[in-house]
Amino acid sequence: MTPEVFLAVCVRVALAGVLLAIAIGFLRLAKGPSLADRVVALDLMAVLIVAFSTVYSILVADPTFLDVVLVLALIGFLATAALARYAERRVLENGADETKLERMDD
Amino acid sequence: MIEIVVGLLMVLGAGFALVAAIGVVRLPDVLMRMHASTKAATLASNLVLLGAAIYFRDSTVTAKAIAAMLFLLLTAPIAAHMIGRAYVRLRSPDRVRYDRATAENTEQPRA
Repeated sequence: MTPEVFLAVCVRVALAGVLLAIAIGFLRLAKGPSLADRVVALDLMAVLIVAFSTVYSILVADPTFLDVVLVLALIGFLATAALARYAERRVLENGADETKLERMDD
Repeated sequence: MIEIVVGLLMVLGAGFALVAAIGVVRLPDVLMRMHASTKAATLASNLVLLGAAIYFRDSTVTAKAIAAMLFLLLTAPIAAHMIGRAYVRLRSPDRVRYDRATAENTEQPRA
C-alpha cells in the first residue's frame, strides 16, 4: 500500500467517523431533555463540523476550506455564548419563583 | 511519510470525535456531558487541524490551521464555563433530586 492510498483510505474513514459523530450528537440535540443539554449538543456539533470541514479540505486537497473552518469556529463560539446568556437571562426574568428556577425544560 | 502521519492524525481525530459524541449521548448529567463534549471534541478538531497543517506544505495555510487550533483552545473553556454557569443557576429537576439524595445519604450516618 503506497502512502497516498493509505492517506486516501484514512481520510475517508475519518470523514465517515466525524459524520457519524455529528449524527450521534444530533440525537442528544433532539432528545434534550433540558435547554442546557441542547446547548451542549449544539456546541459539540459546531466543533465537529469544524473537524469535518478540515478533513474535507484534505480530501479535495483545497486549503480554501480552512477559511471556512476559521469562520465556523468563531460562529460556533458566538452561538454557544449567546445561547448560554439567553438561558441565564430567561431565569433572571422569571423572578425568584423556586419552582420555575428549578426547571429548565422548554 | 507525511501522508502516513496525516492519515493517522485524521483517524485518531475521528476516533476522539466519536468518543465525544457517545459521551454526550450516554452520560447521565449535563455537567458530565459537557466534560465529554468540551475536552474530547476540542482534542478531535485540534488533531485534525494539526494533520491539515502538516499536509498543506504552505506557510500561510499552516498559519491559518494553527490560528484555528489556538482559537478553539481559547474559546472551548469559555463556552463550557458559560454553559456550566447557566446550568448551575438553573438546576434541572433530576439534578436537584440527585443533590437531595446525596444529602440524605451523607446525613444518615450522623443521625
